[in-house]
Amino acid sequence: MPQQDPLIRKYNFEEVNQGLLVELATLEAERCLDCSSSPCIQGCPVGVKISEFIDLVRKKEFLKAAQKIREDNVLPAITGRVCPQEIQCEASCVLGKNFEPVAIGYLERFVADYEKNHGGVVLPQLEEPTGKKVAIIGSGPAGLSAAGDLALKGHSVTVYEALHELGGVLIYGIPEFRLPKSIVEDEINNLRRLGIQFETDIVVGKTVCISELMGEEGFDAVFIATGAGLPKFLNIPGEDLKGVYSANEFLTRVNLLKAYLFPDYDEPVYETEGKVVAVIGGGNTALDAIRTAVRLKASKSILIYRRTMTEMPARKEEIEHAEEEGVLFQFLTQPLEFLGDHNGVLKAIRCQRMSLGPPDSMGRKSPVPIPDSEFIQEIDLCIVALGNGANPMVQSSDSKLKVDPRGYIKVNEDSLQTSIPGVFAGGDVVTGGATVILAMGAGRRAARSIDKYLRSPTPTR
Amino acid sequence: MYEILDDRYLSPNVKQFEVLANRIARKQQPGQFVIIRLHDRGERIPLTIADSDRERGTIQLIVKAVGKTTQEMMNLSRGDAILNVVGPLGIPSHIDLFGTAVAIGGGVGAAITYPIARALKEKGNRLITILGASQENQLILLDKFSELSDQIYVTTDDGSLGEKGKVTDVLMRLIEEEPAIDYVHAVGPLQMMEEVSRLTKKSNIQTVVSLNPIMVDGTGMCGGCRVRIGGETRFACVDGPEFNAHEVDFKTLNQRNEMYLDQERESLDRFNLEQGSEKSTSSPFDPDCKLKKILPSNF
Repeated sequence: MPQQDPLIRKYNFEEVNQGLLVELATLEAERCLDCSSSPCIQGCPVGVKISEFIDLVRKKEFLKAAQKIREDNVLPAITGRVCPQEIQCEASCVLGKNFEPVAIGYLERFVADYEKNHGGVVLPQLEEPTGKKVAIIGSGPAGLSAAGDLALKGHSVTVYEALHELGGVLIYGIPEFRLPKSIVEDEINNLRRLGIQFETDIVVGKTVCISELMGEEGFDAVFIATGAGLPKFLNIPGEDLKGVYSANEFLTRVNLLKAYLFPDYDEPVYETEGKVVAVIGGGNTALDAIRTAVRLKASKSILIYRRTMTEMPARKEEIEHAEEEGVLFQFLTQPLEFLGDHNGVLKAIRCQRMSLGPPDSMGRKSPVPIPDSEFIQEIDLCIVALGNGANPMVQSSDSKLKVDPRGYIKVNEDSLQTSIPGVFAGGDVVTGGATVILAMGAGRRAARSIDKYLRSPTPTR
Repeated sequence: MYEILDDRYLSPNVKQFEVLANRIARKQQPGQFVIIRLHDRGERIPLTIADSDRERGTIQLIVKAVGKTTQEMMNLSRGDAILNVVGPLGIPSHIDLFGTAVAIGGGVGAAITYPIARALKEKGNRLITILGASQENQLILLDKFSELSDQIYVTTDDGSLGEKGKVTDVLMRLIEEEPAIDYVHAVGPLQMMEEVSRLTKKSNIQTVVSLNPIMVDGTGMCGGCRVRIGGETRFACVDGPEFNAHEVDFKTLNQRNEMYLDQERESLDRFNLEQGSEKSTSSPFDPDCKLKKILPSNF
């Protein structure tokens, strides 16, 4: 994949990956063995017909290839950019056993971009209107994919979003250099063309409740896709010092509110230019945050993780990009305390060295503290990227909605229906923090069972 | 877009807006707030809802010019619109029959206190109001509180109206008098709320304060509004904004609120500079809408 030079892209927010050219895409597609079992499809959470679309790429039928993807994935330009293909479709590729797997993600992106630049999306035919109304709560990946599928099925769909912009984590979380906002806007405009209505500034649970949506607002079904909320902190001393952020806040300020353009934009972000910035965590969000710090001209950008690179949950490509951009990785390090001055300003972080012990229940090696290994690292800004807990907004407004002890919404595993008939839930608000594509997969599954529910002769209301 | 149907100055730097926001008006309860964004380059800031009119589908916002956005709001008037208004956010005030309840409003904090005081009164409490400000023209809603309260006390730092001193001077006296105070609700500058809390803690009087940390999304997603309550981290937007005053770590909150002091100043200076080149020097404060000072006899 052609990329912006690391020395240049360090100083801009433009997309790192530049996309494949036609020749390269066709060559790559020709590498596909077109094996009969197509294990890549099983590896895809939304079941994109990968072998078929790659075959169309090989034949240079790029627009048809895009339509083929769109049968199963309403947001290909997005997933082609942010999916962790190396643990999904590409991990299952037969070629991958001995060689590099087919670059399925790059091809998906290529096809989606080609479609956009050549007359735009040819939308699939909508089914006959059913006269049923579905409310979708949250315009992130789970909500958008459910909305798309339900609209195709002929239902009337309204999506409610709490923030002032649509896209959820695709807008406030994932930075421009990894997923340009214009790509998200284009995909949302495609959904608008399917007749989907969008309303921003609506916090379901506060501005309007589920019971009202199902009552006076006349919806026949509701899909809760509010995503993750409440960022997790380390719960160590000094976490309230000035200069300690959650990744969500840091990224929201920069991505959603464009704080990097302050004072032309009003929302500020803590001074990063010439400062030492550290991020705690090893996931995609941690990398997004530290690479954002690089672009905000931090003098030193350090990623602190308590395990090693092998255990990092982040996408491999993002780790490589971060390294190229000069991010320093400090592995096997656990923060113990934030240290500040008398004005409450962060100055340093006290850490402890770790070693890797036996694997935990997830199979990942657990970090074990090394005695007498404490040290102090001077930093000016620290971003905590340890994932999120459940957002309580919707749940707290309706006592009939059952949640698990951690606050995630309980659903029937097959149908994704909640304890309230006609109300479904999926994505991070059910599973806890996961990926864009897993949320989209949940959105698809929910759409299928909502469709089934709405078509059943006597929906139990 | 949320249209402004009415606006008026309550003091030279405090303005009241009636904003068309049907859904919010329908749901608003005392103690709740909205997050607003003025335009597509704007920041998101929390503002408390002072009141709502369900029939008109409007909410009242009372705004003091302190930062860039609130200063910019002083330029808005009827017919203008606010790009984004989202809410009502936060947990509504817990209103109960406490007995004798004291509502304290410091400066523009009185805007937040007012709907709470009214709800306390409607619930059947004996309502004592203490309003404080730096000077006479910074006192707001005096007439409305006067109508509502069984007793009302006013303090100003310079003695230009009411008693010279602080709201806590009055509170201290009331605590020693009969009848005993059962409940205190205080909203105002952090220093004031902290001082109120210190006094009532000594006398073991249940006290609630409404906190005003920096917020971004207002839905629990960013954690920027985290406050220390009883040694625990809580998010003011979803767990608050009201908390048991005796558990609040005011020092940390005060420090966190200063996180963007430099940027806030830069932004405001820049705005004022731009304004200065366009605007005449006359004060926007219309002398005709000066406060009606109808005070009860016990004042």
